[in-house]
Amino acid sequence: MIELLLRFLIGGAVVSLFAVLGDTVKPESLGGIFAAAPTIALATVVITLHERGAAYVALEGRSMMAGAAAFFVYACAVSWVMMRRRVSALPTATVLLLVWAGVAATLWAVWLRG
Amino acid sequence: MRLRLRFDSLRETTPMEYARHFAAGGLVTVAASLIAHRYGPIIGGMFLAFPGIFPPSISLVAKHKREREAAQGFVGVQSAQAEASVEAAGASAGAAGLGAFGLVLWKCLPGHTLLPVLLLAVAVWALVAYSMWWLREKM
Repeated sequence: MIELLLRFLIGGAVVSLFAVLGDTVKPESLGGIFAAAPTIALATVVITLHERGAAYVALEGRSMMAGAAAFFVYACAVSWVMMRRRVSALPTATVLLLVWAGVAATLWAVWLRG
Repeated sequence: MRLRLRFDSLRETTPMEYARHFAAGGLVTVAASLIAHRYGPIIGGMFLAFPGIFPPSISLVAKHKREREAAQGFVGVQSAQAEASVEAAGASAGAAGLGAFGLVLWKCLPGHTLLPVLLLAVAVWALVAYSMWWLREKM
């Protein structure tokens, strides 16, 4: 429980730090890169390495590449839809998380599972 | 287009919005940790790149744009959508960097100590993300 609380606090702090950076950096399109900063990895990797070892973290790194590829496709999809359709940002970006899940699941099936 | 830092834009975000960012970041981090604990590093690792805080972030970007436009007497729905689209395009460049971050972890561990590997991974993330953004701006 204490470990989860620690992860919550570190995760919140790292995400907030990158959110401030993203708000500060202009132009806005460059500030957008901070929305895909390695926040969760930075927040968890030290504790994970301490608990499970470096080989475990390396394996997570490989899978993170698949997750990042899915994030790339997802972000492109959100950008495309927001530019071309008259829709609100929050529901659009939430529903399109299915794109992330679909690409991630496909990469897991064809690359990571073996 | 030149890189600039504008600290006055921080005033657009209220303390409550920062608190929500903190809570969302903490919850997504805990969720990713629980998934890794339950399903192992192969599935868990993918969730290190899960865009869980992206929807509230992009919603906030659109909201701030609408407020700026309203202050000038405009409705600003379309420009808010365009701003959100630009933010998402920037995030796609960041996601490319995120993949490079994972590659550094994968290839450099367990052969090296964590701190220099993490510093290298963050530097590579920034370099790849900025390069992708720069290329997109040039196109």
